[in-house]
Amino acid sequence: MTHVLLAAGGGGTNLDPLYGKVAFWILATVAVSAALAMICVRQAVHCALMLAVVMLSLALLYAIEGAPFLAAVQVIVYTGAVLMLFLFVMMLIGVSSADSLVETIRGQRVWAGIGGVAFLVLLIVGIGHAAIGNAAPQTAANSTDNLTGLATLIFTTYVFPFEATSALLITAALGGMVLAHRERTTPKPTQREVARRKVASRQVSPEPPPGVYALHNAVDMPALLPDGSTTKRSVSRAISQRDLDLGRDPQVSVTSDLEVEERIEAERQIEAAARGRPAGLGQREGDAQ
Amino acid sequence: MSPAAYVFLSVILFVIGGVGVLVRRNAIVIFMCVELMLNACNLAFVAFSRLHGNLDGQVVAFFVMVVAAAEVVVGLAILMAIYRARKSASVDDANLLKY
Repeated sequence: MTHVLLAAGGGGTNLDPLYGKVAFWILATVAVSAALAMICVRQAVHCALMLAVVMLSLALLYAIEGAPFLAAVQVIVYTGAVLMLFLFVMMLIGVSSADSLVETIRGQRVWAGIGGVAFLVLLIVGIGHAAIGNAAPQTAANSTDNLTGLATLIFTTYVFPFEATSALLITAALGGMVLAHRERTTPKPTQREVARRKVASRQVSPEPPPGVYALHNAVDMPALLPDGSTTKRSVSRAISQRDLDLGRDPQVSVTSDLEVEERIEAERQIEAAARGRPAGLGQREGDAQ
Repeated sequence: MSPAAYVFLSVILFVIGGVGVLVRRNAIVIFMCVELMLNACNLAFVAFSRLHGNLDGQVVAFFVMVVAAAEVVVGLAILMAIYRARKSASVDDANLLKY
């Protein structure tokens, strides 16, 4: 990477053409397959990860093409900021926002695929007919330095677009604030109201944590209440659901040492069976969402 | 590599992004596909900048990145507003203007 950056942006030494070719083919394969995976996977988070792969390989391609500044901006702004913003919003509106597989418009996917292929052929034929010559030597563009050249252009020829960008960014920040802002429709509960609600709910103290029994110190053991009974609210619903799925009862009572050993052996078998079919578990989680 | 190869790569990425916009129905994923299309355009700009041996294409790509960042901020804020109102990020559910 440093080699590429130095060769591309430094004193104008050209990269060995063979290196450039090998790097291009590897990165192009990675980028295209990640882009294809991005439109095929169901989970939105997986899409974001695939997009990150595409963006990082594009950053490397920029570095090879003699644009080290753009490569850095691509990593920092796109992969670092924009994609993280996507992930933040995904966390806010729910990771489980996977696509449903039902087509609302009949034949939409097929026609989208046909249209995409047709467009691809159109563009490739069009560009194939254009005579795209060989690249100018890198010394031509980066005669002084990539960064110095870019700064000179931005602050001389492109100074008005640059100033307009600042206005755009301020407007975007304001727009984001206005759109994401929500007016409070109900008054904020005071401390007194919170206390009253707590007393009315008959659970004044904090929720009990998972308990510790002699046999078990697992999080699927419910906590003991003062009267000796157990409370289901102390165990996460996902964990008790997993126990149900595995056919395991954490609350079975044990009286002798022999029974303890039998119980431990049964637990081991349950765990081994659960580990033996991780694919099945993953499938179930996917279905639940 | 000749710049033509880079342009072809950018064309392929652009088309994949376009198909993604047409096929997917989660608004966030559609947004990500639009970002992919913008990235493909940037790659073409950088390739042409290399072809002509000047930095204008890189400056344009830089401006595209700035505009994309602004667009993402506003777009995701709109998405959150829609999600708050309709409890869904699917583009099929936002059909208030349909009838």
